[in-house]
Amino acid sequence: MDFSFTSEQDMLRDTVAKLVAQQYDFDTRRKVAKSDAGWRPEMWAQFAELGLLGAAFSEAEGGFGSGPIEAMIVMEEFGKGLVIEPYLQTVVIGGNFLRHGGTDAQKEELIPSLIGGETIFAFAYSEPKSRYDLHDVSTTAKKDGAGYVLNGHKAVVLGAPFATHLIITARTSGGQRDTGGVSVFIVPKGAKGVTTRDYPTVDGLRASEVYFENVAVGAEALVGAADNGLALTEKVVDNAIAALCAEAVGCFKVLNEATISYAKQRKQFGQPIANFQVLQHRMVDMFMAAEQAASMTFMVTLKLDEADKARKMAASAAKVQIGKAGKLISQDAVQIHGGMGMTDELNVGHFFKRVTMIESQFGNTDWHLRRYTELSAS
Amino acid sequence: MDVQFTPEEIAFREEVRTFLETEYPAELRGKYSRDEYSKEDFLLWQKTLHKRGWGAPAWPKQYGGTGWTATQKYIFQEECARAETLPIPPFGMSMLAPVLMAFASEEQKAHYLPRIIEGTDFWCQGYSEPGAGSDLASLKTKAERVGDHYIINGQKTWTTLGHFADWIFVLCRTDATARKPQEGISFILVDMKTPGVEVRPIITMDGGHEVNETWFTDVKVPVANLVGKENEGWTYAKYLLAHERTGIAGVARSKKGIERLREIASVELDAGQPIIRNPDFAKKISELEIDLTALEYTELRTLARESQGKGPGPESSILKIKGTEIQQRITELTLEAVGVYGAPYFRGFPKDGDNMFPIGPDYAHLTAPMYANMRKTSIYGGSNEIQHNIIAKMVLGL
Repeated sequence: MDFSFTSEQDMLRDTVAKLVAQQYDFDTRRKVAKSDAGWRPEMWAQFAELGLLGAAFSEAEGGFGSGPIEAMIVMEEFGKGLVIEPYLQTVVIGGNFLRHGGTDAQKEELIPSLIGGETIFAFAYSEPKSRYDLHDVSTTAKKDGAGYVLNGHKAVVLGAPFATHLIITARTSGGQRDTGGVSVFIVPKGAKGVTTRDYPTVDGLRASEVYFENVAVGAEALVGAADNGLALTEKVVDNAIAALCAEAVGCFKVLNEATISYAKQRKQFGQPIANFQVLQHRMVDMFMAAEQAASMTFMVTLKLDEADKARKMAASAAKVQIGKAGKLISQDAVQIHGGMGMTDELNVGHFFKRVTMIESQFGNTDWHLRRYTELSAS
Repeated sequence: MDVQFTPEEIAFREEVRTFLETEYPAELRGKYSRDEYSKEDFLLWQKTLHKRGWGAPAWPKQYGGTGWTATQKYIFQEECARAETLPIPPFGMSMLAPVLMAFASEEQKAHYLPRIIEGTDFWCQGYSEPGAGSDLASLKTKAERVGDHYIINGQKTWTTLGHFADWIFVLCRTDATARKPQEGISFILVDMKTPGVEVRPIITMDGGHEVNETWFTDVKVPVANLVGKENEGWTYAKYLLAHERTGIAGVARSKKGIERLREIASVELDAGQPIIRNPDFAKKISELEIDLTALEYTELRTLARESQGKGPGPESSILKIKGTEIQQRITELTLEAVGVYGAPYFRGFPKDGDNMFPIGPDYAHLTAPMYANMRKTSIYGGSNEIQHNIIAKMVLGL
């Protein structure tokens, strides 16, 4: 057992932290989120140049690092800057689909261009009625000769407006809620029959409703085995959950630091409000929640390669902890900032909104508590 | 970073497991879960560990420590919890010993430390007083210097296992004129057999006798029993409290506690099926177990920092707060799980020889007293509210 980082990992953290501090200050982020494009392609190019897009790939895969720990480091630092660019979707989700399900041809075609910054993924899995169940899929992929024809509607596909490729879950057999019969496809966003309606999200990101109308793809679009895509999808999503937890930990640190420093300077009744014990204890609870969340992020990151049941329980446990911590920290941060915490001008509200969205991304606290409970009985 | 155990660590686990299976004294088996113990039981367990060379895993090697890595200590804790061994009382081993190592004279170290590790002396703690609880520095027990002796007068309370103890370490006021309450306190070692020391039991609401009042009336103690410098005792007292907190998380024992809770909840019926299948109850167990996982990794992070030479800092207060909340919650849910058989009270009943009818399942017998007893954990060792104050001040700079 070892909880230390290698010197390369320390350097990676320094690089990302510097980039966020220098180029992702709050005002810039706010402007970018409100701009027409909603992101900075030149920032993405910079990520590629700095090697961040390859940091979570092994050298054998053409990358510079080893995997989940590197992704955790990048995501935590990105969390501190509320980074908009689709690292989670592209590197963590796209990268892991390719790593765990991709054919050699898919890896050769897509990993180098992903690391180079040309290929950008979005993950189209949720549907208007599916809520958080990954197997609840009504989008269909009908066999047609050697290939497939896709039809359906995917909901709130984060990062889709920036993407070059979509990763889609679609039903190749069975009923809407069957666990078997789900397959995964990679489709260029520009494919004929793909329509998107793009919009901003409350936390300053961009998403799309994506419609597939008779989208014809070849057999080479399939990732993993036909009809057996659920296990692969769950594994990738558990990786995404670990990365999301790391992002949340970054957000928590900023919220806690901002709250403490505000409480020290804000004076009421002739003294800094930080002197009041009732607020001190709340801030200690926020600190403890953040520490416990950081511990759980380590835990899940280190267990991503374990057998299915252990990995799933780890991911759900972490998501529960992060969800609860997120509610506590974000709500108390706003509360202790008082009226200022309500404003659009201050960063606190923006972190509040991101943390709120993280709680429900890939399943909310209740959903994961149920999953954990079911797994522990199995 | 990784959480895999190395082949050496796996072999070590086997070694510990075999030791516990073969060497843990037969007469002590089952006592932990029955909440039965005597002074001799504790000392026998300590002697057994010492004989194996494992008498003080947390101590530096020069004092007889094992030189184990943080991971080995973690494994050892887990295996002891799994085997339901008696715990090692912390008073001598993990409270006093670090203070002696850091501040005592060579003679004192040479005399007292071996007697702790060998299982000769049983220690207790003389900190709290009727008027000095969370505000420990307001303590009044007085030690007056008369020639080569101190004359101690006053009263300590909540003296855990004081009725077993051979020795007590006492915080005394040696300078009544000091400007601040924290000044003028000394750390003195007292033989419990000294005339004028009197121990009176306090029975707690669970019916148990764990804690005591300890009275000092003209107790004459050689000056040689002063640890460190006169009037510097507060520094040592704080040092002790920081060390006390690291062991207090109790992760391994809590894991075992949840395992037992799951076993009980798998046989106790609720609406005709095991209560563990009741979604409301199952959810509570899951939340508890998830909290414990978070605590476990927080402790592992703390241990990792310690093994890099950074001592336990104020953040060890997290371990105390969360660890005790979890311990309490386990007993609360266990009591909930046993249903109506949480009510019968068995301490001192039935009288010897009465084995006519079983009254409910054995595992239910202690659930309510344990639940009541565990309320102490968020009060002792610096109440959890005091731990909040410590983090606020020392970590957050508020």
